[in-house]
Amino acid sequence: MGFLDIDNTTKSYGAVEVLHKVDISVQEGEFLVLVGPSGCGKSTLLNMIAGLEEITSGEIRIKDNVMNGVHPSKRNIAMVFQSYALYPNMTVGQNITFGLEMHGTPKPERDKAMKDVAQLLQIEPLLDRKPGALSGGQRQRVAMGRALVRNPDVFLFDEPLSNLDAKLRVDMRTEIKKLHQKLGTTIVYVTHDQIEAMTLSTRIAVMNGGYVQQLGTPQEIYDTPANIFVATFMGSPAMNVVPAKVALENGRPVAQVSLFDGSTVALPFSQNNMSDWAGKDILLGIRPETITDEDAADRKSSNIAHMTNRIVVTEPAGSDTFVTMTLGGKDVIARMRSDADVHPGADFMFAVNMEKAVAFDPKTENRIAP
Amino acid sequence: MSIATQDTAIRTGRVMRTLIYLVLLLFVLFYMLPLYVMVVNSVKPLEEITGGGMMNLPQVFTLEPWAKAWSSAQIGVEPTGLSPYFWNSIKMVVPAVAISTVLGALNGYVLTKWRFKYDTIVFGLILFACFIPFQIVLIPMAKMLGLMGLAGTTWGLVLVHVVYGVGFTTLYFRNYYAVFPTELIRAAQIDGAGFFQIFWRILLPSSGPIAVVSIIWQFTNIWNDFLFGASFAGADSQPMTVALNNLVQASHGVKEYNVHFAGAILAALPTLLVYIVAGRYFVRGLMAGSVKG
Repeated sequence: MGFLDIDNTTKSYGAVEVLHKVDISVQEGEFLVLVGPSGCGKSTLLNMIAGLEEITSGEIRIKDNVMNGVHPSKRNIAMVFQSYALYPNMTVGQNITFGLEMHGTPKPERDKAMKDVAQLLQIEPLLDRKPGALSGGQRQRVAMGRALVRNPDVFLFDEPLSNLDAKLRVDMRTEIKKLHQKLGTTIVYVTHDQIEAMTLSTRIAVMNGGYVQQLGTPQEIYDTPANIFVATFMGSPAMNVVPAKVALENGRPVAQVSLFDGSTVALPFSQNNMSDWAGKDILLGIRPETITDEDAADRKSSNIAHMTNRIVVTEPAGSDTFVTMTLGGKDVIARMRSDADVHPGADFMFAVNMEKAVAFDPKTENRIAP
Repeated sequence: MSIATQDTAIRTGRVMRTLIYLVLLLFVLFYMLPLYVMVVNSVKPLEEITGGGMMNLPQVFTLEPWAKAWSSAQIGVEPTGLSPYFWNSIKMVVPAVAISTVLGALNGYVLTKWRFKYDTIVFGLILFACFIPFQIVLIPMAKMLGLMGLAGTTWGLVLVHVVYGVGFTTLYFRNYYAVFPTELIRAAQIDGAGFFQIFWRILLPSSGPIAVVSIIWQFTNIWNDFLFGASFAGADSQPMTVALNNLVQASHGVKEYNVHFAGAILAALPTLLVYIVAGRYFVRGLMAGSVKG
């Protein structure tokens, strides 16, 4: 029993099922992020929690009360929209208190609540202005104020930062995280930005094609992705996925991967159960930051493998240098220190932290669990 | 070479512009001429008109024809002037415009923000009302008004004009609200606003430009309508247009052209006034919604 339960919930439009048996339980104070590419069903799910879309089958419960068929205004939720959806004809103050007014809260109480929220979000000087006279960041704050003032059980955020420019987006991201830490509210947040998902959430649900692909903490999602979709969607640059063949060397399972010149290198697995796959093809997943030069290799790792490969392209990005090479017939990106001595066309000895490597079944594309 | 071309371009530009202005001026004169004739002749004594020289400026300036047209000219059998009919028109136009505009706004709201199955077909049918010629409904409408006990009353005329106007006002408001962000409606729903609260508090305050279009359109059409007024009005509910016709068509006595001119201007003034007051919103409202963003 959670604070917010999404229990075997599906959504169909006519004969087309767009959400398949979603099962998520959110605890009080959790920050759940629904992340996925557009059309994956994440906004539909959020709208179903809000009551803006009907639930085809299954149940959504808030504090153990079934919400199916309950009007949005009676669910004690608040929502922040992508476009902010501020009422253009009302002042900021009226925008914030409109919900309270509709719920019949007396004026003195409304004014007090408005002042508290305005102080919290530092928008006091804006209260008498119309939304049209505000900047994007200010509108965003007002939209959050309108949600906060109702003191709801659950906050719903629908891509609230996607209309802001890059710098403001990072600032507001921190603001939202601070606000969550300060108020300890339960939040469901929809985004297509995997960095937002990683930084904000206490738990992430990665969605694709109407299915929840994986539900877990940011660390779990990043380190032990359930399948190739999750592995490549989360993280930037994406996880490298290369074809490999499992073999046994001195009784230890290794992944044989072909280098640029067609020769093979054996990268030993940390997972002993990979022995069961000996002689079979797999897909090997290696995060860019686990391929480095010898000096930058993780000292705590018990399994650093080495390979000499030819550098195809280098992309200096200031803090890091991205190095592209050919591995297993695919372009593979390594994330190196900016002062690493790498040159296009040169051969270089890379250190691969195999402790962090994951293996996928090429047929099901699921991760082979250790 | 290029300089020479530029030179000719400027010269042809100048010639063309002079020509364009000349043509425009001609059109302006052409359009203003009737108004000029009406205004100058409405402030002349009758002898100056019957003596020929309709185009001349008045030698003796008098407002007598205006006063007569307004308050003492023979309309039908009574020498009442146009004033009672002016008020008849006002009593018909104001409610008809208000009701049809509000109904159009409500229809537009439902058709865009509370969509239901076959709503486009319903909209198509409402739109159909814009294309039905007046003459077709004359007899059925007379029958209906009789059945409802509204025959020969101002409210009967209001009903007829509302029914005819709703097609147009629905079209205007539907297209305007189609680009109104639905997220605002959803936010208001979560805030706890009901169907009519959303309409009054969120949607209508943002509908200024399109409301002006609807009001101008409806006001002009209903004020200028003659056919329904002549067909359905009783003796004490005849609108201005019908009275003006009775004034001008009087078959006895001298034709007082100056009074007729003054009466015609009086009948046209209210629509002119509405255009002047709200006209600048008109084009803006007509364009609104046609281009996204």
